Amino acid sequence: MNDFLTIREKAIREWKGLQHPRQAVIYIGMGSCGLASGAGKIWQMTSEILYKKKIKAKVINVWCIGPCYLEPLLDIQKPGSPRVSFNNVNEQKLKKIIPSYLLDGKSGIKPLGHLGSNGEAPEGIKSFWEQPMLKGQERIVLRNCGIVDPGNMNHYIGRGGFSGLQNALGLEPGRVIGEVKIAGLRGRGGAGFPTWKKWQLCYDAPGKKKYLICNADEGDPGAFMNRSLMEGDPFSLLEGMIIAAYAIQANESYIYIRAEYPLAIERLKIAIAQLHKHGFLGKNILGSGFSLDIQIKEGAGAFVCGEETALIASIEGERGMPRSRPPYPASSGLNGHPTNINNVETLATITAIMREGGKWFAGFGSEKSKGTKTFALVGKVRRTGLIEVPMGTSLREIIFDIGGGTRKEFKAVQTGGPSGGCLSKDFLDLPVDYESLTGAGSIMGSGGLIVMDADTCMVDVAKYFLRFTSMESCGKCTPCRIGTKRMVEILEKITSGEAVPEDIKTLKDLARTVKEGSLCGLGQTAPNPVLTTLKYFKEEYEKHVVENRCPAAVCRDLVQYRIIKDKCTGCQRCVDVCPTGAITGPRSEPHFLDESKCIKCRACYEICRFDAIAGDAIIIE
Amino acid sequence: MAGSIVSIINKYAPRDKSNLIAILQDVQKKKGYITPEAVDKISSHLWISRSRIFGVASFYSQFKFTPPGRNSIKICLGTACHVQGGDFLLSALKSEIGISPNETTEDRRFDLERVACLGCCALAPVIMVNDTIFSNMSVVKLMELTDQYE
Repeated sequence: MNDFLTIREKAIREWKGLQHPRQAVIYIGMGSCGLASGAGKIWQMTSEILYKKKIKAKVINVWCIGPCYLEPLLDIQKPGSPRVSFNNVNEQKLKKIIPSYLLDGKSGIKPLGHLGSNGEAPEGIKSFWEQPMLKGQERIVLRNCGIVDPGNMNHYIGRGGFSGLQNALGLEPGRVIGEVKIAGLRGRGGAGFPTWKKWQLCYDAPGKKKYLICNADEGDPGAFMNRSLMEGDPFSLLEGMIIAAYAIQANESYIYIRAEYPLAIERLKIAIAQLHKHGFLGKNILGSGFSLDIQIKEGAGAFVCGEETALIASIEGERGMPRSRPPYPASSGLNGHPTNINNVETLATITAIMREGGKWFAGFGSEKSKGTKTFALVGKVRRTGLIEVPMGTSLREIIFDIGGGTRKEFKAVQTGGPSGGCLSKDFLDLPVDYESLTGAGSIMGSGGLIVMDADTCMVDVAKYFLRFTSMESCGKCTPCRIGTKRMVEILEKITSGEAVPEDIKTLKDLARTVKEGSLCGLGQTAPNPVLTTLKYFKEEYEKHVVENRCPAAVCRDLVQYRIIKDKCTGCQRCVDVCPTGAITGPRSEPHFLDESKCIKCRACYEICRFDAIAGDAIIIE
Repeated sequence: MAGSIVSIINKYAPRDKSNLIAILQDVQKKKGYITPEAVDKISSHLWISRSRIFGVASFYSQFKFTPPGRNSIKICLGTACHVQGGDFLLSALKSEIGISPNETTEDRRFDLERVACLGCCALAPVIMVNDTIFSNMSVVKLMELTDQYE
């Protein structure tokens, strides 16, 4: 423990020094979203500008802070001033920002907001956290994301890291479990099983050898909460893992992570090496007598491996197929030993609980769902990104206050990924917690929130999810393997205008069979997208079947492309992009679209909207 | 050729079958796909049959059994990309380069893979060519993009 105090003292000095720098510090958001928006180039140009203008400044890479729609983000902190944030930085903006803000203090471009309280903020600049997207949030799990250098352990410790572990190691394992019970934490992977109970079962299970597994196989399409957390603050997950392993007395642990997340894997490896070096991992952690090793196992692309028993089979080097339970992993898991499996966010939350106390944590959230939850807010919403809100926040607050609403009329929100459901506008005031969402026919899930507007076809969405689950079905049990396939076939008939009214009834029957007869969670929840859309958007199904019409103009076989003669200026842009030569016509005269040649690829529609003179001469109906 | 596979395999303990997936991943990283020779070598190292190795490898979508193209295109069909028009990108790509997912063009210029989520949902729809992610894609942008790769 004395070692820890020395390390902590040094870390706090380093972090405080960074808050009151003697030379300017530039922070660049280099998370996956940042990089996809061009942060790599911004980083390179920053170094070049600093070198050319002979400006002395330190450049630090940080990770995702959440509001992806503002990326690339660049923060600058001058000596005696707080850190200020610039959004949507591109090359031209950067050329103005750095010299003017750092040299003459007058930036041609106004910062979006400031972070921190060091010195006075430039005039008229509000706190970054006052941004509409960040205002309603409560950042417990994401507190370090986008603020610290995730590769630097001292930044983490300087902001209170490992004091949770220190507290835990001073208690009996049973007391640690008790603290989590007081906190009321439930599994953040989606099912919401009380975490303390899971731990207690594993702790009580007979056997000397026990395992802890972190489930980082974030497979839901449309969800990236865990990836951002592991990339942006890997130490908070690792600290949570050490605490959890201590509570159940496991000496070996694994992180089962998707191979599609190379950046997160690299971050975790760097962090684990640092922890070994400073005595937070390995033998006799911080002099407590407790020992732990953490190994990384890369998944190989199978959605079903998010299921506990399939995940264990995969770590054992087998095909990732689930088995029937009991026995539960808590009594017989990896290699037959008691095994506890927790989700990334659950473990990172543990860190906060042990640092601030269970009572403090239970102060957030609703009656039965305590604390906060991270969500990936995406789809047809204005402000997209990663958010964290107290449990019990309403869907309306999330989508409209934080997300800024939709451009066209709001139609539905999908929660819980392929296992979840689509909720209509009647549910906007539903508080987001485990019970409310399950009651509405959806689930909490790991935290994907996909917003849909008038341009989204609900039958198409149901087909999309069923296609996904039927492809990812491992094939072990018949209801899931064949049932999901038959459901996809019916949905394909509906979306291509070949269905008859009885098909909807068959679809419903099949959904019930798959739900009740499947072996694991994948099959048991696979029909949810169909069941909820049938329940809340039945008229859309009927329009497809009875009228052969797709109201959202999405289903390809049910729509036609048309050129509106009065609007077409004859600019020929659509003629250029049409891959099949379906559009013809001389310049400056209305064009003609030959339906027999049209493959409905959408190229003409896009170019008319974004790049042509008329703007809306081509329509899909 | 065979020498490098042996050196990969020898990093792992013999007869410990729990390392199978990690070995396959290393082989694919090095060779681009799972070669028949590699399967033979793994089989004798771990003492498990070749059919079992194929059984495990074919279960996971990550493993390929044919050589990849010079440029790899990954099209994201996660939920966010789907509602923003990812399907249109896929059909445009199919007609542009003439192959379906999990295939390689005859001249080995491109291979195509569909992935469930690249984790940039906020910038949907996205596609990834080699290691670069292209965000807010459209059919028109896509047509111009493929020309840049040889």
